[in-house]
Parts: sequence; structure tokens; C-alpha cells
Amino acid sequence: MEADRTLDCIGLYCPMPIVKTSQQIGELADGEVLEVISDDEGIKSDMPAWCDKTGHKFLGLEETGDEIKVYVRK
Amino acid sequence: MESKDSVTIVVFSGELDKALAAFNIANTAASMGMKVSMFFTFWGLSVIQKGKSGRGKKDTLQYMMGKMNRSGASKLKLSKMNMMGMGGKSMKSLMKKYRMPSLEEMITLAREQGVEFVACTTSIALMGLEKGDFIDEVDRFAGASTYLGLASESNVNLFI
Repeated sequence: MEADRTLDCIGLYCPMPIVKTSQQIGELADGEVLEVISDDEGIKSDMPAWCDKTGHKFLGLEETGDEIKVYVRK
Repeated sequence: MESKDSVTIVVFSGELDKALAAFNIANTAASMGMKVSMFFTFWGLSVIQKGKSGRGKKDTLQYMMGKMNRSGASKLKLSKMNMMGMGGKSMKSLMKKYRMPSLEEMITLAREQGVEFVACTTSIALMGLEKGDFIDEVDRFAGASTYLGLASESNVNLFI
């Protein structure tokens, strides 16, 4: 999936990927897509929940081995 | 944005593990756009103390309690397996290894995210503490009515 910005959260655990996503999304323009790369399994459930609460759009995820890429549209 | 939900967390415990849990939820909630208030009472006051308090106006019992109690975010014990501080040290080194933020970093992060800190005046009086014993980040010194006022308007209320 194409993204405007990538946030590397490899090696970080809850709550840091979500906290960093929240900080990063502020720097994006409306409609832009943020890619978050994580190896914390929890993000698969946490990111949709975060999007649901904050009103950003969860576009989906791609999983390769331990690496999970999640996509959020501001 | 959706409507702004609120969270209150009563931090009653003064142990490292419980404080970490409280700040994990506080930081996540703030990241989710929720308004967060943390109400520190009883042993939980240790989390937001600068360190050991001085003699101040304490009576003997309060002074002894202050001497025996660990105060300050960097000094807290684990609620289990503390083993004279070795457990706490091991936990901190594990957290570092897994790049998890320390309690002190979690507190700073919470402030950056606008989390409100309220300290309970009754507990402060009971333990012979003074406002000056607390970190500057404390927004207000208040009582149960303040907590209940906040809690009754919040959808998530936790007691840790």
C-alpha cells in the first residue's frame, strides 16, 4: 500500500506505537496515509481501536513474518 | 473527531508495577484523544513525590512513616518479587532491554499529552507532607468531591 509517511515502531511495545502514531498523525495533512511498521502483535487490534476512537480511517494491514504494516488515513 | 471521552484513574498504590499500568493506560487514552485525569491518593502519592520529604511539620509517626516509605518515581518497589530491590532493578533492566519507557519517561509523556495530575489533600495531611514535596507537574491539590465531579462526567474510571 502507498503511504505518505512511514513510522518505524519495530521493537516498541504498547503503548508506544499508538502514542507515536498519535504524535505523527498531527504532522500529516487530511487525506494523507501513515504507514506504521511494528512487530508487536497487539497493534493488529490496537490500531483499529485507536482509529475508531479518533476518527481516522484504518485502511488495513500487511503481515510479513513478524513484521506488521498498518495503514491509517488521516 | 468523535466526541471527547474522559478517563479518570485513582492511583492509590505506590508500587512501580501498578504505577506503570496506570501510566500506560493514561498515555494510551490521551493518544486516543481522551481527556485524562489522574488522582493520586494514599500510597500513590509516592509516585509524584520529588523524593524523600524532609522533617517539615511531621509528628514522630509521620516522620517514621516517611522514612520507611519509598518516595519518588525512581525509587518505587515492585508489588511482587521485589527481593530487597533486586526485583525492581531487574524489571527496569528488562524494560530497557525491550525499549519500554521508564516510569519517569511515562510521567513526562503523560504531561506532554495533557494528562492532568491531582493530588489528594487528605492523604497529604495524613502523611505530614507539603505541596513542596511534590513534582511541579501537579495541577491541583484537591479532595474526593473533585474526583467524583470528574468521575461522574467520565466514561472510564479506574482504581489502581
